[in-house]
Amino acid sequence: MTSLSPGVLTPGLAMWRSVVERNVVSFRRQWAAFVTGFAEPVFYLFSLGIGVGSLVPFVVTDGGSTVTYAAFVAPAMLAASAMNGAVMDSTFNVFFKLKYAKIYDAMLATPLGPRDIAVGEVVWSLIRGGVYALVFYLVALAVGVVDSWWSVLAVPAAVFIGLAFSAVGMFATTFMRSWVDFDWVVLVIQPLFLLSATFFPLGTYPGWAQPLVMATPLYHGVALERGLMLGEVGWGLLWHVAYLLVLGVVGIRATSRRIETLLRA
Amino acid sequence: MALPSSAAPPTDARHLHGVRSPLRPTERIGAVAAYFLVVYRRTWQGSLFSRFVSPLLFLLAMGLGLGSLVDASSGGVDGVPYLAFVAPGMVAVQAMMTAVSESTYPVYGLFTWNRMYHSMLATPLRVSDLLLGHLTVVAAQGTVAAAAFVLVAALFGSFSSAWVVLAVPIGLLVTLAFAVPLFGFTARAKGDSSFNVVYRLVITPLMLFSGVFFPVDRLPFVLEVLAWLTPLWHGVELIRGAATGGLAVLDLVHLVVLLLFIGVGWVYAHAGMTRRLVS
Repeated sequence: MTSLSPGVLTPGLAMWRSVVERNVVSFRRQWAAFVTGFAEPVFYLFSLGIGVGSLVPFVVTDGGSTVTYAAFVAPAMLAASAMNGAVMDSTFNVFFKLKYAKIYDAMLATPLGPRDIAVGEVVWSLIRGGVYALVFYLVALAVGVVDSWWSVLAVPAAVFIGLAFSAVGMFATTFMRSWVDFDWVVLVIQPLFLLSATFFPLGTYPGWAQPLVMATPLYHGVALERGLMLGEVGWGLLWHVAYLLVLGVVGIRATSRRIETLLRA
Repeated sequence: MALPSSAAPPTDARHLHGVRSPLRPTERIGAVAAYFLVVYRRTWQGSLFSRFVSPLLFLLAMGLGLGSLVDASSGGVDGVPYLAFVAPGMVAVQAMMTAVSESTYPVYGLFTWNRMYHSMLATPLRVSDLLLGHLTVVAAQGTVAAAAFVLVAALFGSFSSAWVVLAVPIGLLVTLAFAVPLFGFTARAKGDSSFNVVYRLVITPLMLFSGVFFPVDRLPFVLEVLAWLTPLWHGVELIRGAATGGLAVLDLVHLVVLLLFIGVGWVYAHAGMTRRLVS
């Protein structure tokens, strides 16, 4: 940002960075909320791995390999926690800033534009999600549920999941009127969490339900993570990436347009 | 208008001006409960999803989906299909979740955001009336939630014994075993951000490690002992015993533990409320 001189602030200079910076500063004071975010997926991993794993010793994946239940479920927990983190950040947090703290009004009074806000919030969410994904991956590595070198790509893959969900989540938030509307968020997230081939393979679902499951975004996240962490890698994984990427890009564009109409009008 | 001349005015004349006789305890507690029922009448729709749809989804995913894997590879748990194993546990979780969601943010709001408890104390109500009145409503909600879940799970064919009706009063006890101590915790909370931490570090692990999804003897011994200390595990064991018709005298221990949580919790909650509101 060398071209920045006092008084001359032109848009298009990656000013979204200041939105990210603001988040970093504000989260220093909420470290407990940040740190405990690690705990949840790890608890799920251990509960399912140790406990349910003792009831289901082996699972045959949709890719055809036989793995332990813990190894089967760990990638799904990684994907689900990337989704959860992104959705929480982009809905509850953004809504609070939009309606109560009026932070975006304040930002728009500076040279920042709506797109800087949308991009900045999504980038922050990706940084946070990326850190969580990394820690979860290291835990999974330590307890030995990771089978393949491809798994090093699991963390960047989680960022794609975060991108898709935070963009869509933020878009949805711009339509929310009050906290009551957040029931809708839970209404969408929970079925996704439970029924995206997370806890049992796609082949276990009834035939009519399989295309439904395959249409949902978390399914693609889970399939991508599972492919990478179990080493079932093929060109087909790129479809999952493409799905998530398109969702993310479309979501960000739509969100900036919404912020424009909401706050500039 | 003249005051009634007798020393003790008639108790049924509360609508008149002048000296009133003290309210009876049932009237005081009933008045508090009535307030919460009025509020609930306006907000119940919002809780429908978390109370009914969400446990139903868990039942579908865990009981039927994961259950098909468990039944195929180990023939169920302790001699019953996985669905029959997990459904009673979910009833207890349901009671716990209701207690938790009703005893944290909403209670905190009454201390801080709208200061309703302070308003109530400015009337002839006492701290114990607030607690009893509010807890009555929370207990009723937890009991209804547990009963509704039993009904839905029964339609899936999850239970093998009619004794499962006992799950409803047990659900009441589980609700209170969580709600009463949590009222004490909330009364001492400095800010609402601590609830998030409680959810993630206490409630979620309780749900995952208290014998709901798998028997606690599959856990390392230290964690198993920890599970014995939680009210959820005792509730799960009781309801599971009722649902399979296998309750025994030894199960009275579970009952005693739940009652202990309620009793000790009461002292903790009463002291916390008094400190926050009175002194």
